Amino acid sequence: MASLTTGAAEFGAYAEYLDAAVDEVFSMMMGEPCTPVNESPMEERETISAVIGLAGAMSGTCVLRVGEQVAMAMASTLSGVTVETIDDTVKDALGEISNMVAGAWKGRQPLLASGCMLSTPTVVSGTHYQLHIQKPEFRIERYYRFSECSFGISLTCESMQ
Amino acid sequence: MSDISALIVDDSSVMRKIVERALRQAGLSLVNVHEAASGVDALEILRREKVELILSDINMPNMDGLEFLRQLRSEDLAPEVPVVMITTESSEEHVKEAILAGAQGYIRKPFTPEQVKERVLPLLGAV
Repeated sequence: MASLTTGAAEFGAYAEYLDAAVDEVFSMMMGEPCTPVNESPMEERETISAVIGLAGAMSGTCVLRVGEQVAMAMASTLSGVTVETIDDTVKDALGEISNMVAGAWKGRQPLLASGCMLSTPTVVSGTHYQLHIQKPEFRIERYYRFSECSFGISLTCESMQ
Repeated sequence: MSDISALIVDDSSVMRKIVERALRQAGLSLVNVHEAASGVDALEILRREKVELILSDINMPNMDGLEFLRQLRSEDLAPEVPVVMITTESSEEHVKEAILAGAQGYIRKPFTPEQVKERVLPLLGAV
């Protein structure tokens, strides 16, 4: 029976799938390609995180973490309406982006495409929080640039079946 | 093509607006766009409003898109109206499940306006 594994080669592939998923979502929905960068995001006073839970063949989370400026830029581009405050539109847009990235990532792996389900998004505001996972199987953290600001996406796998 | 009324079902208000924009970019003349944030809200709208097209997300709280489709068919609401699912769930199994539940089309998120045009217009006899 086929199963998911987390060796070095697979880990590299999971990261590549994430880069491809992010680029696909930004190119298709916002008309702006989005490629990975090396630097981590500047710490802003406030950050917003959109969390998608994964369950089934893989249990874990996909978290999009952005500062306020890039959050508003993303929401404006996605919605087509200029957003100047962190409101429900911003939170909604970030949740959708995170959802699409998680879906596009798992869709690249046949075992996950049908065997892994996504939760609806949860959006968290603020910097001082931690997601606790006992012993992650693996964790991928990648940074990207959008509208002159960088942002991060992490994929944490708690367990695989 | 003639004016049509559409129902867009998605728990994300941003996504509902994106779908509406894509439909307009596809050349549809939308005279009315009804929005629902869940399957329950969508059924409520369809009991009192007439539409020519339904686009629905699958993964929603308070009645998901597949259950909405089943209820729609079991109540015989809008029997001739094409339903297109728009969702991040894109596996063959998910597509089959949606078709079995009564969907006529399937669009995977993320999508381009061109993809919306290609999938929706033929269902309205516009191609």
